[in-house]
Amino acid sequence: MKHHHTVSILVNDHPGVLQRVSALFNRRGFNIDSITVGSSEQPGMSRMIIVTLGDDRIMHQVINQVEKLIDVVNIEILSEKPLVARELALIKVEAEPVKRPEIMTLAEAFRATIADVSPDSLVVQIVGDTEKIEAMIELLHPYGILEISRTGVTAIARGRHRL
Amino acid sequence: MNESHLLSQDRIPGSEILLRSLLLEGVECIFGYPGGSILNFYDEIYKNNELRHYLARHEQGAIHAADGYARSTGKVGVCVVTSGPGATNLITGIATAHIDSVPLVIITGNVPLSMIGTDAFQEADIVGMTMPVTKHSYFVRDVNDIARTIREAFYIANTGRKGPVLVDIPKDVTVKEAIFVWPQTIHLPGYRAKSEIIKEQIDALLVALKKAKRPVLLAGAGVIHADASNELVELAEKSGIPVVTTFLGLGGFPSQHPHWVGMPGMHGSYAANMAIQQADLLIAVGARFDDRLTMNAAKFAPNAEIAHIDVDKAEIGKNIATTYPVIGDIKHVLNYALPKVTLSSTDNWLQTIAAWKASHPLRYVDSDEILKPQWVIELLHRTTKGEAIITTDVGQHQFWTAQYYPFTRPRSLISSGGMGTMGFGLPSAIGAQIANPDTLVISINGDGGIQMSSHELAVCAIHHIPVKVVVINNEVLGMVRQLQEVAFEERYSEIDLSGSPDFVKLAEAYGVKGLRATNKEEAEQAWQEALAIDGPVLVEFVVPSSENVYPVVPGGKALHEMMLGDDE
Repeated sequence: MKHHHTVSILVNDHPGVLQRVSALFNRRGFNIDSITVGSSEQPGMSRMIIVTLGDDRIMHQVINQVEKLIDVVNIEILSEKPLVARELALIKVEAEPVKRPEIMTLAEAFRATIADVSPDSLVVQIVGDTEKIEAMIELLHPYGILEISRTGVTAIARGRHRL
Repeated sequence: MNESHLLSQDRIPGSEILLRSLLLEGVECIFGYPGGSILNFYDEIYKNNELRHYLARHEQGAIHAADGYARSTGKVGVCVVTSGPGATNLITGIATAHIDSVPLVIITGNVPLSMIGTDAFQEADIVGMTMPVTKHSYFVRDVNDIARTIREAFYIANTGRKGPVLVDIPKDVTVKEAIFVWPQTIHLPGYRAKSEIIKEQIDALLVALKKAKRPVLLAGAGVIHADASNELVELAEKSGIPVVTTFLGLGGFPSQHPHWVGMPGMHGSYAANMAIQQADLLIAVGARFDDRLTMNAAKFAPNAEIAHIDVDKAEIGKNIATTYPVIGDIKHVLNYALPKVTLSSTDNWLQTIAAWKASHPLRYVDSDEILKPQWVIELLHRTTKGEAIITTDVGQHQFWTAQYYPFTRPRSLISSGGMGTMGFGLPSAIGAQIANPDTLVISINGDGGIQMSSHELAVCAIHHIPVKVVVINNEVLGMVRQLQEVAFEERYSEIDLSGSPDFVKLAEAYGVKGLRATNKEEAEQAWQEALAIDGPVLVEFVVPSSENVYPVVPGGKALHEMMLGDDE
C-alpha cells in the first residue's frame, strides 16, 4: 500500500550526505515530495526531514539501506507515531489596492502575515501543516498567484520521545 | 613488524602520510597505475621498499587483482590510480566488489583543490560517480585528515558487511606537510559494524528447527566472509540438516561432506533445487536470495518457512519474505546456537535427497572424438585433487566449473557472481596468486572474457606469477548463444568469436608459455606439461560451440521446472 511517510534522519554534517540519502530513495522509485535540512541539537550533526510517497514494505527497505550509510547516525519514520509537522510558504498574490483588505482578511483567518507589500502585489507568509497551506493557496487562487515558494515539511515527534 | 619508525611524529608530506598509513594497516602489496595526480605517492613508492606495487596494464586489471587478493585471503585489497580516466576505469571493478561484499580500499588521485570543479585536465567527480557502488567514500580536503581517513577506510571495508571504500585525494593535499599522527581510536557514530546478537531471534529459530521435518541450510558467501565454515559444518552435523551452497558459497561447506547436496539455482543440481522446493524450513546463512538463485521468487521454496541469518539487516525480507530473521555476525550466531542444537529426525529427508542425487546426477554427453568442456573441468579437478584456487571469468565455463570442480575449502573459488563481470578471471587470479604464492592458482576463462583482460598476461610474465591460465575456446559467446537458442529461436546475434587471435601465440607474445589441445589425449598432455612448468602458462582447450549448460531453469520458471539436458 502506498502512503505518505515522514522520515527524520540525523546525519553527520559532511558534504555529499544529501546526495547519498536521496540516491537511495530514487533507486527504489520513491519520489521525494520535500526535503529539509538544518542543524540539529548536536554539534556537527544535521537533521533531515524527508516526505515521500511509497509502498510500506519497500519504505522499510529504503530505511534499512539509508541506516547503513556511514554518515547516517539515526533514522526513524516519524509518521508512524504522533508528530508535529510544519512548513512555511511565501505566496505572492496579485493585489490591486482595492483588493488588499480582502486578501489581508483572508490571511488573518489563517494566522498568516503579510511579508511584503508593493503597489500591485502582496506576499503572504503562512506557517502550518501541509493541508492548511494547500487551503490558503486555494483561497488565494482567484486573486491571481504570481509565485509560490515553500520550505517543505519539517517535523518532530510529539512528547518527550527523541530520535 | 617493527612499527616505531612508521609511528614517529614527524612533519612529512601527505604522500608519505598515505604510505605510512597503508603500512600501518598491514598492507604488503598494492595494485595500481600511476598518472599526474597521484605522482607524489608514486614517488614515495619509489623510495620505499616495504610496499610491493604491481603495475597492471589497465586500471580494471588492477582492481580485479586487488579483488582476487582480498577474496582469497579475507584481507583488504588495495588499488591506487590517478584521477579522471584512471579513476573511471575502476568503476566496473568497484561495482564487482561491492555486490559481492569484497573488502577493498581504493585510492584515487585528483586534481589540486583549487581546480576541483573547473573541468580541469583529467578531473572526474569519482566520489559522486561511485556513490551507489561503494560502501563509503571520502574526499580528503586537508592533509591532516589523511591518516584518520585511511584508518577509517580499512575499518569500514573489512567489518560488518564488507565492501569497497574509495578515498579521493587531490594532488596538492599529498604535497602539503603535516605532523604524522596515527589515530589510536576510530570514531564513527553512525557506523554499526557489529550489532549484538539477539538471542530471542536465534531461540525462535531453534524452536522452529525442532519441529521441522524437511529442513535445509542454504549457505552463501557470507559464511566465507565471516570465516564460519567450521561452525557451519558443526551445525549440519549436530542437527542432521542437509546443506546446499550458493554459487559464491561454494567451498564454504566441503563438497565431499555427506550432508552436502549441491548448488541450487538457475544451473543448480536436481537434488539441490528439489531440496529447496520440498523443504519445510529453509535457513539461509549469509545468502541474499539473488534472482539467479530463486528464479521465480513467487514459486521459490513454496512449502518452506524462511529463516535468514545475515550481518546486514537490510537483506532480511528484501527479496523473500522471512519468518525467522536473525541479524548478526554469522560466526557469533552459530556459536550461540551450536550448544543448543539437537539432532533432528531427518533420516527420511536425507534418504529422499540421496535418492534424488543418485537418480539425477550432473551429467553431460561425453565423446572420445570431441573435447567436451565439462570433461576439461573434470581433468583440472582430477589432476589437482581439488586443492587449487580457481578463479573464473563469466559465462558457460563459470558454471561448468561450479558443477564439475567440487570445492572443498573456503576461498578456493573466486568469481564475479553478482555483477557477472567479464574480464575478471585473469586479473583476479594474479591477485590470488600473489597472496598465495605456494598454492596452485588456475584461472578458467572463455575465449570472450580472456580478451577483455589478456593484456594482464604481461604482469604474469614480468613478475613470474605462475598462474595456469585456461582458455575454454568454443569460438562463440556461449552463454549468450545458449540464451538465443532457447529464448530467441536460434537467431544467433553477434556472438561469433571466430577470428580471435591465436591464443598460444598471444601468450608467447607476452613471454608466457602457450599450449593448445583439441582432443582428450592432447588435453591430458598439455595440462600435465602446464602443471610441470614453474611459471605462467596459457592452455587453450578447443571445444565445440554447441554445448549447453544443464540443468537450466528457464526464465520465469520455478526451481523444480528445470531442463536437465539436450535429450529432453
